[in-house]
This record gives sequence, C-alpha cells and structure tokens, in this order.
Amino acid sequence: MQRNYVAKKVEEMAPSGIRAFFDLVLGMKDVISLGVGEPDFVTPWHIRESGIASLEAGYTSYTSNKGLMKLRLLISQMLKKRFRLTYCPNEEILITVGVSEGVDLAMRAIINPGDQVLVPMPSYVSYGPMVELAGGTAVLLRTDANCGFKITPQEIERVCTKKTKAIMLNYPANPTGVSYSRDELEKINRVCRKHQLLVISDEIYADLTYEGRHCAFPALPGARDMTLYLNGFSKAYAMTGWRIGYACGPQEIIGAMTKIHQYTILCAPIIGQWAACEALQRGDGDVETMRAEYRRRRDFVINRLAEIGLPCVKPDGAFYVFPSIEKTGMASLDFAAKLLQEKKIALVPGSAFGKQFDGHVRMSYAAKFEQLKEAMQRLGDFIKERG
Amino acid sequence: MDEILTILEKDARVSADDIAKMTNSTAAVVKKKIKKFETEGVIVGYKAMINNELLKDKSQDVYALIEVNVLPQKDQGFDYIAERIYQFSEVVNCYLISGTYDLLLVVRGKDMQTIANFIAEKLSPLPNIRGTVSHFLLKKYKEDGLVLKQRDEGNRINISY
Repeated sequence: MQRNYVAKKVEEMAPSGIRAFFDLVLGMKDVISLGVGEPDFVTPWHIRESGIASLEAGYTSYTSNKGLMKLRLLISQMLKKRFRLTYCPNEEILITVGVSEGVDLAMRAIINPGDQVLVPMPSYVSYGPMVELAGGTAVLLRTDANCGFKITPQEIERVCTKKTKAIMLNYPANPTGVSYSRDELEKINRVCRKHQLLVISDEIYADLTYEGRHCAFPALPGARDMTLYLNGFSKAYAMTGWRIGYACGPQEIIGAMTKIHQYTILCAPIIGQWAACEALQRGDGDVETMRAEYRRRRDFVINRLAEIGLPCVKPDGAFYVFPSIEKTGMASLDFAAKLLQEKKIALVPGSAFGKQFDGHVRMSYAAKFEQLKEAMQRLGDFIKERG
Repeated sequence: MDEILTILEKDARVSADDIAKMTNSTAAVVKKKIKKFETEGVIVGYKAMINNELLKDKSQDVYALIEVNVLPQKDQGFDYIAERIYQFSEVVNCYLISGTYDLLLVVRGKDMQTIANFIAEKLSPLPNIRGTVSHFLLKKYKEDGLVLKQRDEGNRINISY
C-alpha cells in the first residue's frame, strides 16, 4: 500500500498487548474458561420466546431513534420503583446498542479537543480508548489492592484540573467485582459536584450485587442532573448477544447523544428491544435465581482461593474476582499462558487492565459449578507445583 | 427454602465441603443439617435421573398415566384409598388433583400387558374405584425440570473482556 489510509488517531491507539494470548485461548480445545466477561446462562426462555414472537408478528423495522416507547416507559417505571428516580421516557432516556454504545455516545457528545475524562484503574478496557477516539484525554485514577480497588475523593482531587470534564464510574466493577457503599458514593459525589464533573456511571452489574444494596449514582443528593446513568440487559438477564442498553440523564446530554446515535446507529435492533420489554415485565425471578447462583459461586471461589493461598479483595458484585499472583513471582501474562498450557484453564492476565496490575489475574465465575470446581482444583495444583 | 436444599435439589452429589464453601459454613455444620433434613423426612431420597431412551438394552419399561375416579369415604376422604393404591410397587407417582377425576397415577411396568393386568386385576377391583382412564406414555421430553434431549446450548467464546 503506497498510502497509509489508517487515521493517525487510530494508529496511535495502544494495541492490546494480550491479543496473541486471546488468540491462543480461542484456538485451543477443551479449555475450562474462567476468562469470559459474560454470563454462562442462556437468556431465559420466556425472553427468547418473546423475541421469536416479535419476529413472527413481523416486527422487523426500525424503531424510533430513541427506542421503543414501550421499553423507555418500562425503564422509567423500573427506575422510579427501585431508586425513586424520575426520567422522562420521551426526553431523558435513550435505548443504545449495549452500554458500550452508551459510553461512546457520551464521550462524543461531551468532549471538546483537549477535555479530560477521569477513568478508574483497573477498569473495563474500552473506557480510555473511547475517550481518546472522541478527541479527549483519559486521565487515570489509581487504585490498588490496599485501598480495595476503590477510587477515593483524594485521588480525584489529585488529578482534577480545569480541563477535567467528566468521570467514568463502573460499579460493581469489571475486573475486580468491587462496589461502593452509599456513604463512599456520597463522598465521591461531593468532590464531583465541587469540580462540576459529569459522572458517567456504568452500572451494568448493579443487579448482580451480593453485599449490601446497590445505590444508583443519580439517586444521591444533587447528583441526578450531573449524572449520565448507563445500564442494560446483558449481564442481569444473560442477554449479551441481544445488544440492548440504555442511557438516562439530563435532556441536553441525552439530546446530544441522540443526535449522534441517529446518524451512526439509527436505532437499537427491534427484536432485542421487544425481548428487553419482556425481561423488564416478567424477568425479576430469573435475575433473582441467577444472582443466588453467582453468589454461591463467588463464595466458593473466594474460599478456595484462600485455601490455595492467593489473596484477593472480596468482590461485592459482578462475576469477577481479581486475585494477586505476586507470590508466584510470575508476570500475569506468563502465569496465564503457563496455566493454559499446563492445566487448560483460561483467565485474563491483569496486565490487560494496565501494567501496574501485572501481579493480578481476572477470574470470572460465570461458569458451571462443576467446571469451577475442577478449575480451582487445577489452579491449586498449578500453584503447589510452584510452591 | 434452606440454601442447602436449593443446592441439593439441583445436584444431590455436591459434597458437604463444597456446600460449606458456597454458603460460608463448615462441612460439619452442613453435614449435621443434611442429617436433620433426612431424619425429619424433608429430604426423602437421592437418585439418578436416567434417560431410558439412550440405553443399549431395548427392553425398556413402559409407563402409563392413569386417571382414577374415586368415591371418597366418610371420615377418610381420599387418603385411605390413595394409600391402598400407592403401596403397589408399580405406582411411581400418585397425586390427588382437582378437576374431572381425583387421582392421577404414573404406573411403570415391563410391557403394556403388565400394566393392563395391573389395572384390571389390582386397581379397578379396589373398593370405591368408580372408573379409570389410561394413557400410555409415548415419549418423555422433559422430566423434573430436566430436558432429556442432549443439546449444545450457547456457544460462548472462551475469553473476552
């Protein structure tokens, strides 16, 4: 190729250092995987069936850019009931293609060149690149095992400048499973208000909370009008492949996001939107059953990790645990590669979430109990052999 | 329902040690609780679910659902007659139900003739049985919450953020 067609911005994006490892996992058979960021459950049948019924009824068109009115209404009713939050289904709710689109729209809707967005570390790998693609600068908030992987008001104060426009939050968090109490959130809220930061709160794992009650960020005093609340159906209802999420926030921001959404995506897939309606109307019991199952697995895994001797911060929610592997003296990628080769167990090296997490690995307990048990047995053997 | 029961109802083979880890208890406490459930009759038994269709041995048992119309007895209701019926080893399940008949039985035998004989010789002649209707079972699709067809549901990729 004579001419380089790839945009500079994209070329400059840091390549994922563990792509080769992912390819290795994907090419290997009979692996027990603790490396997956999605539920092992299949979408509950009544939700799948409503997707089929919507196809049979001929719902194969676009929807309104903002999404089906019925779905927006159900979301607004659910948020009112659960968190006493009021969002106008017409002006303040947008149906997105998963939370991922919501984050992307949010960044593009708010960022002027040079604006900074605070991104907690470790966190889901897309936040930083989405900030950068939108022309902003991602400023990283440091956390470590000592502070329970929680961001603190002091850390926000440390990095905040006049150019800081927004902060990305995610709780319960990928990859640590850590969440925040209402008290901790109020402290974060106060410092965000002081600096007039827009809070972009990705609460996709909210329904999978095992310790305490999940507190939605916009439900905090004075927070609603400076918060963009992002959620979706992927994790709680085991609906990752349907690609349905939603954004709720002040009219100006939802309006700005809708402008971009209408030119780029047009609308989220209609079949998924109908299925999401069914999930909200009759899916509470499924969420409850899955949450109970994840909670049992979480407790099993952390008890086994304690026996094996890998310390971890106890996760409050989601389906991840982020143990330290420092005592093995191995780098996380090396650890993961050897564990894969020798024991056929897949997990995600901590370095995927930043160099400073090279002493950790992310294990997902979204796996059948039998597999989880076997995997922990093999992990234990692996550690013992290196004793 | 006690969490131990929730776990065992799904998989009776989970060990006391694993249950303890799932529920933040100790194996000794879990074992004690299970023993208590067994003594009290809350846990009635443990068994394997077998899909007969996949057995190499083709001389499989035959099942029939039998609707039984009963004349209830003064002071005894349906319990007395139900007991006389469910004691037969051929009777796998026995339910009292609402609707146009009273008892619903699931009966198992080595062939249709055996079941026909059971109905004619044992069941129908019992006192106060007003009539029976039999339905022979042709195929089992789902039993006790388990789908009998092996299928490969979902195909998650093995690693993702």
